[in-house]
Amino acid sequence: MKSLHQLSIILAITFLAEIIKHFLPFPIPSSIYGMVILLIALNAGWIPLEKIKDTGEFFIEIMPLMFIPAAVGLIVSFKQLDGIFIPVTITIIVTTFIVSAVTGVVSQWVIRFERRRSK
Amino acid sequence: MNDFLFNSWVFGISISILGYQLGLFLKKKFKSPLFNPLLISILAIMLFLVVFHVDYDSYYSGAKYLGYLLTPATICLAIPLYQQLDLLKKNCKAILIGITAGVFASLGSVYLLSRLFSFNHQQYVTLLPKSITTAIGIGISEELGGLVTVSVVAIIITGILGNIAAEKICSIFHIHEPIAKGLALGTSAHALGTAKAMEMGKIEGAMSSLTIGMAGLFTVIMVSLFSHLM
Repeated sequence: MKSLHQLSIILAITFLAEIIKHFLPFPIPSSIYGMVILLIALNAGWIPLEKIKDTGEFFIEIMPLMFIPAAVGLIVSFKQLDGIFIPVTITIIVTTFIVSAVTGVVSQWVIRFERRRSK
Repeated sequence: MNDFLFNSWVFGISISILGYQLGLFLKKKFKSPLFNPLLISILAIMLFLVVFHVDYDSYYSGAKYLGYLLTPATICLAIPLYQQLDLLKKNCKAILIGITAGVFASLGSVYLLSRLFSFNHQQYVTLLPKSITTAIGIGISEELGGLVTVSVVAIIITGILGNIAAEKICSIFHIHEPIAKGLALGTSAHALGTAKAMEMGKIEGAMSSLTIGMAGLFTVIMVSLFSHLM
């Protein structure tokens, strides 16, 4: 029964997030609202961590599984990439490398700069 | 018989889970980042659908329920975030500057490469949201008039790539701070990067899950500056 209880808390927050998304005009998905709600609820102590932890961590663990259905859709959307397949692929690969390198290097630089300053 | 089998909603879900378990098994056996469970499962399922002449639509009619779990699962990312809240507060400067730099790098590099390959406006805006979470990316692509299905695939391929290559990139650029690693993964490869970051450690995972939302929001704000460039 414990997992059922945890699941219902998670679904209740999801539902609340969907309602907020419905009434706000921004192109922000409900999951982001839900994340903020859960974070506030945990931080304020409205939801104790152990009331949600096991099921929550199970969800996080199986998350990659949830991307499979959409990704397999590549089978049908291949056609739209006709003629630009290689340039698009190169763009995707190169930009992914650039973004992770820039983010990592810049944030590491800030962290080390701050650490040195506080010494 | 086949029609009955492949049109049942159980089929789509089962084959997705089986494919993923195959991926997990191979990864355990070969211990190489190339054996990414997600990548293996996607390729295996595609192969299966082609070999047995199963329509993507009949596969998706069942498998889509797995996708529905993505919203509650993303919400649960608040858990590692909460567990690392102090770390987050202490490093908020690095987090904000790092993510801003990453989002600029993303939009800027897509712009430069689109120029290089002389993509048209539609192709360009289709790729602009490629580094952020699918849910926000779809919204941006739609808003700007991009090809939404291609955006989705670009976003997922970006995620898989980040998921596979992250450790290598971090070691090439001497990124050793767990916080910086997490930010790099989340900003470049959204939830898929976060899945990897979770494997690397608690701090990496928390930073990366924080980034999914923030990089998405920053992109929503900054994308209008870039979308008119081409």
